[in-house]
Amino acid sequence: MAKRVSASNVTAYYGGFKAIENINLTVEPKTVTALIGPSGCGKSTFLRSINRMHEVLPGARVEGSLTIDDQDIYDRDVDVTAVRRTIGMVFQRPNPFPTMSIFENVVAGLKLNGVRKKSILEDAAEKALRAANLWGEVKDRLGKPGAGLSGGQQQRLCIARTIAVEPQVVLMDEPCSALDPISTLAIEDLMFQLKDKFTIIIVTHNMQQAARVSDRTAFFSIEKTGDPGRLIEYDNTQKIFSNPSVKKTEDYITGRFG
Amino acid sequence: MGETPHRSADAGTGGTRVTQSHEWPAGASARVAEAPVSTRSPGGTGLGGGGALPRSRKFGAERAFRGLTLAAGTAVLVIIAAIAIFLVAKAVPALRANTENFWSYEGWSPNETEPKFGIGALAFGTVLSSALALLIAVPVALGIALYLSHYAPRRLGTALGFLVDLLAAVPSVVFGLWGRDVFSSPVRDFSVWLNQHFGWIPLFGGDGPFGASVMLGALVLAIMVLPIITSLSREVFLQTPTANEEAALALGATRWEMLRTAVLPYGRPGIIAAMMLGLGRALGETIALALTLGITFGISFNLIQNGGNTIAANIANAFGEANETGRGALIASGLVLFTITLIVNITARAIIYRRREFTESAA
Repeated sequence: MAKRVSASNVTAYYGGFKAIENINLTVEPKTVTALIGPSGCGKSTFLRSINRMHEVLPGARVEGSLTIDDQDIYDRDVDVTAVRRTIGMVFQRPNPFPTMSIFENVVAGLKLNGVRKKSILEDAAEKALRAANLWGEVKDRLGKPGAGLSGGQQQRLCIARTIAVEPQVVLMDEPCSALDPISTLAIEDLMFQLKDKFTIIIVTHNMQQAARVSDRTAFFSIEKTGDPGRLIEYDNTQKIFSNPSVKKTEDYITGRFG
Repeated sequence: MGETPHRSADAGTGGTRVTQSHEWPAGASARVAEAPVSTRSPGGTGLGGGGALPRSRKFGAERAFRGLTLAAGTAVLVIIAAIAIFLVAKAVPALRANTENFWSYEGWSPNETEPKFGIGALAFGTVLSSALALLIAVPVALGIALYLSHYAPRRLGTALGFLVDLLAAVPSVVFGLWGRDVFSSPVRDFSVWLNQHFGWIPLFGGDGPFGASVMLGALVLAIMVLPIITSLSREVFLQTPTANEEAALALGATRWEMLRTAVLPYGRPGIIAAMMLGLGRALGETIALALTLGITFGISFNLIQNGGNTIAANIANAFGEANETGRGALIASGLVLFTITLIVNITARAIIYRRREFTESAA
């Protein structure tokens, strides 16, 4: 249920603008990896290129190779939708489908996969909601609109929606930046539980969060505005936050720049 | 434009809510606006210097503007009431003079000494041709709108969207003349073909002549309502939050599945509103149908034989030679048309209102 993600020489463009250049890193299964760095350093771009969401924007493209357990997801013969089903994504702002109920939101991905049988959908919805620590709060109102929940609940609903299709890898793009501290804590706890089953990669601006939740941390940075983002240092989280090998990383985590 | 469904959903609940929701922003903005004003006034106590707060003003732009909006709101009610009173006052004498049943008689001769006229066939023709037009136009319009908003390259989408809007600017009399003189001959050929192969279906039966039929009228109507439905739904589709589209894509949806999961449900109230506007235009369309329909006074589901008539087309055709009773009769028919349109609108509002829990939280 969890796979290794390897990037080699990944370069991504928005039209003529090169956003990231030559990113090389490997994420081990069943770990949490945090991507940190100043705004505009390309960490979200890199995250979005892992499940091929980057190319959704007009003019955006990716070069280099990205593999999931040795399968190149940018291979010509690979079905994009299959890649995205294998590599789920949770976004910065909670984005439940506004016209759907809580239940419909959770099973949306399964329905896209052609699952129609009500009993299967119900079991899967309960399982996903329990895994997202949301079941107790919503089990009596599964028919109500998903958008009627609080921000933190909505984000956990989106996590439930993502894990309901049982992906191998879960990408999280600043999943707590729109949430209050209590909801943030709930999501962080959830990440601890989820890494038993999934490979998790999270982009965060919050360095305490990176230190709390991740096993490994990748630090991205740019020289100046307009330059492509590069991977500066990638190591065990403990090492990055206590004794980084690169001066720039140390400057960033101690708050001297960025 | 994307706001339309929300607004119309609110409007269905009546005016009180609108005025209530006005109180707050008005009061709040007045307070914000007053602070800088009071600092400029010579007699004022200046910037928070410890003097008393300035008194609230009795008269001013705030109050005047509120009066203006109230007047504008009231004007709508007055106009609607005036129209209703006019229609009823003119219609009642003619209806009294009618020697046949107004609802069931199939014919229209109100100018005789013994006036005979009935609305049934006309109302039926109106609803039939409009419904048929909508049936043809809506799938095409939604297809165009989805293509323009989600498939076409941006520049092409803008250009095509402009062309579609241009179609809305063509006067209806031009559509009517085109339908009668140009479009009728392919429709006639098609009707003959339908009659030969599918004549066993009552819709396409009959012995001719074909051409100036409900089908021709409905097709012309469909082309006329196409632009309004297309451009409104396109606006609504463009309003779909990117976050929802990305959520669908990230779950592994194809483009079409994304449209079905995120875009179409989000745009549903807007699509209904667009359809109702289109239906409103189709129901009231006058000259294009007066020119293309065969003008008969019978209730028939046959779509391809010469025939068909609508309330509005009949008013246009008959008003010229109408006497006092004749005009009254036509106005009575106008009243019925008014009622049909009202029912259509109320139904649409009801459909939108029923789903408000899901659409209001969409923002």
